[in-house]
Amino acid sequence: MDTIKIKTENINGKPLESECSCVKIKILFFARARDLTGLTEMPLELSSGSTTRDCLNKLVAKFPCLEEIRGCIVLALNEEYTTEDSVVKEKDELAIIPPISGG
Amino acid sequence: MAGQEKTLVEILEENNPIDLSKYINYVSAPQAGAIATFSGTTRDTFEGKIVVELRYEAYVPMAVRQIKSICSSARLSWNVHSIAVAHRLGPVPVGETSVFIAVSAVHRADALDACKFVIDELKASVPIWKKEVYSNGEVWKENSEFMERKQELGKTGCCSKKVEFEAHVTKGCCGSKVKVNDEAAKDEHQ
Repeated sequence: MDTIKIKTENINGKPLESECSCVKIKILFFARARDLTGLTEMPLELSSGSTTRDCLNKLVAKFPCLEEIRGCIVLALNEEYTTEDSVVKEKDELAIIPPISGG
Repeated sequence: MAGQEKTLVEILEENNPIDLSKYINYVSAPQAGAIATFSGTTRDTFEGKIVVELRYEAYVPMAVRQIKSICSSARLSWNVHSIAVAHRLGPVPVGETSVFIAVSAVHRADALDACKFVIDELKASVPIWKKEVYSNGEVWKENSEFMERKQELGKTGCCSKKVEFEAHVTKGCCGSKVKVNDEAAKDEHQ
């Protein structure tokens, strides 16, 4: 339901139904997220205009086990912390950051 | 001004113990009257469980970037000369240093406060993870500083605690101490 809402709130000027213009990004998994998915990284393809929230939804759908840490992770887009509302671009690097424990 | 201000950030790969003296030497300067350091070492027990092994991993490029950003923020709040931050990765034997921070400043208050700020911020926002392995299981640790900061990350950038720290920096009592001494010295000369 969320996704439908996002699509209708389209960025001005852009056609609503862009015919499969996709962006490919790279997902990085660290610590607990890596243990849960069994992957350190993977490519992800999304329709252009997708947000980091859309990415996360897609990842959780692919790896239901991520659901258990969804509430405590943060995201980093191209090595900077980001919110779930950022729009991803081609070749972006999105990192799933579970609770950190450095020091 | 003699002696350039410098910042050094190093994330050390596996099996590289942190050479504390290297970082202390790095920040030392003729004009710096104080060097404050913080050394974080690994513990052998957690809630009564014996820790068999500790392992650190990092999102290295982001960790370096984030630590540099913390150092820049520290410079905005305190008059510091040089800062060095090192964090070790891979297995760290119990009792060894996993993180080391050295801050030099003309005066000790700036060095001490900035040093505390850097370690507190590091624990709240730098993407480094520690896994503790016990005889009967393992766990990814979670810094309470991160859990408190989580909602703000990405919205305000790092270091929102800065303002709070600044309040502590404002000169407390004893601001006139130097003047008193000056006058005493003058009296002696007269």
